[in-house]
Amino acid sequence: MPHDWLWETVRLLLYLVGLIGFAAFNAAYLSLLERKEPAWFQLRRGPTEAGPLGLLQPVADGIKLLGKQLLVQGGADVLLFKIAPVAVVIPSIMCLVLIPFSETMGARDISLGLLAVYSFAAINVLATMLGGWASHNKYSSIAAARVVAQNIAYEIPLLLVIIALVMVTHTFDLREIVAQQAGGFWNWNVLRFGASPLMPLAFLIYFICMLAEANRAPFDMVEAESELIAGAFTEYSGMGFGLFFIAEYVNVVVGSSIGAVLFLGGWHCPFGLLPGLHWFLIKLYLLCFAVIWVRWTFPRTQIYGLLNLSWKVLIPLALAHLIVTAVTVKLV
Amino acid sequence: MKSDLRSYLKEIIGGSISLLTGMWITLRQSFRKPVTVSYPYRTLKLPERFRGHIELKADEQGWAKCVVCMACQKACPSFCIKVNGYKPAGMPRKVATIYILDFTTCSLCGLCVESCRFDALMFSREYNLASFRKEDYVMDMLERLRRRRICRP
Repeated sequence: MPHDWLWETVRLLLYLVGLIGFAAFNAAYLSLLERKEPAWFQLRRGPTEAGPLGLLQPVADGIKLLGKQLLVQGGADVLLFKIAPVAVVIPSIMCLVLIPFSETMGARDISLGLLAVYSFAAINVLATMLGGWASHNKYSSIAAARVVAQNIAYEIPLLLVIIALVMVTHTFDLREIVAQQAGGFWNWNVLRFGASPLMPLAFLIYFICMLAEANRAPFDMVEAESELIAGAFTEYSGMGFGLFFIAEYVNVVVGSSIGAVLFLGGWHCPFGLLPGLHWFLIKLYLLCFAVIWVRWTFPRTQIYGLLNLSWKVLIPLALAHLIVTAVTVKLV
Repeated sequence: MKSDLRSYLKEIIGGSISLLTGMWITLRQSFRKPVTVSYPYRTLKLPERFRGHIELKADEQGWAKCVVCMACQKACPSFCIKVNGYKPAGMPRKVATIYILDFTTCSLCGLCVESCRFDALMFSREYNLASFRKEDYVMDMLERLRRRRICRP
């Protein structure tokens, strides 16, 4: 049927536009939350001048960034330098396409959704590295090396935790994983003690790895202002920098969404009532809040502390979790 | 070997507890009232002994109390005070005709006020002194005194 094909294309395009809007909106207002939340923690007020309670601050920031000139400094690899900010945003939005927002919402379900999300997330690292490399700047080059070391180190425990989870759920389909967690919070994967007694620990490992994968403080070694000025983004100006900024927040949103889907029951209500989009959004933003909360509580780690944490703590714990899960799944 | 494993686990658990304590502290802080004063809309009360730039005092008739003894000009370490005056007929003392403070070089040390034996100088309580022009900071104290008297009934 040609009409079905047409309708499907239109539906996907509409979803894509909507998701780009969702990503931009989230990037804007998470950046406001990023300024408001530390203000609450530090007994300040944060931005208050632009609009009521500073709610128009992201608009002002956006206009400022758009008004700036895009400079390309001498010695830079111009093509890669210009591709990098775009290449860093696209995979983040591609990840959003695969996320099931509610029972009826979701741009595209594929049976290997979980795998696809982490494949796209890896492109992100490559793009950040390209940006740092193409800048032809010592700080950016150091940051480019760091982003690779960091993301390789943290992808291992992350994927180990996810393998263990997939052993329990028997599927890579995100929608199916959420459907299995219906009924109430005792059915959520984070409390699925029948599958493995270490599930809450697995969620914690997931959360820490998500922070590191999204390059969020205390693991923001890529940016590390006090050491590397702005790391891989040092030479970017205007909206080139803005795109990296958007990508960072979209990555937080993607990571939190996947966390909510995998461990916190996606769109299901904690008490088995009224499942729907709102529960998904509540969980998503609670996780986003926690990400910013962590950022403004802990000082930045050093690069070797970061790698030690991954190789000496998270990977052994994730392996232990994997073995415990394997044994339990076999026995039960 | 066994004690190694124990200290390793102890470190992880101890570290996690201290991290959670830190997060609890920041969360608790967020429910307290902000201490920021939204400056242009609200201001703090100035302390009693606030020391701004100097200002001339007036006597009961409204004349400047200054007797042009030049003590302040000599006391000033950055040479930013210029005083001059004459002795009019019928007055028991000299009267200032020029009293200029060059605020661009003033370091607000207050030695001029300390050196004044006629109680003719005081500290201003003004602190909103921003300007785009350098000339605004060469202040004519006599002019300021005159303006103050006009403003005050």
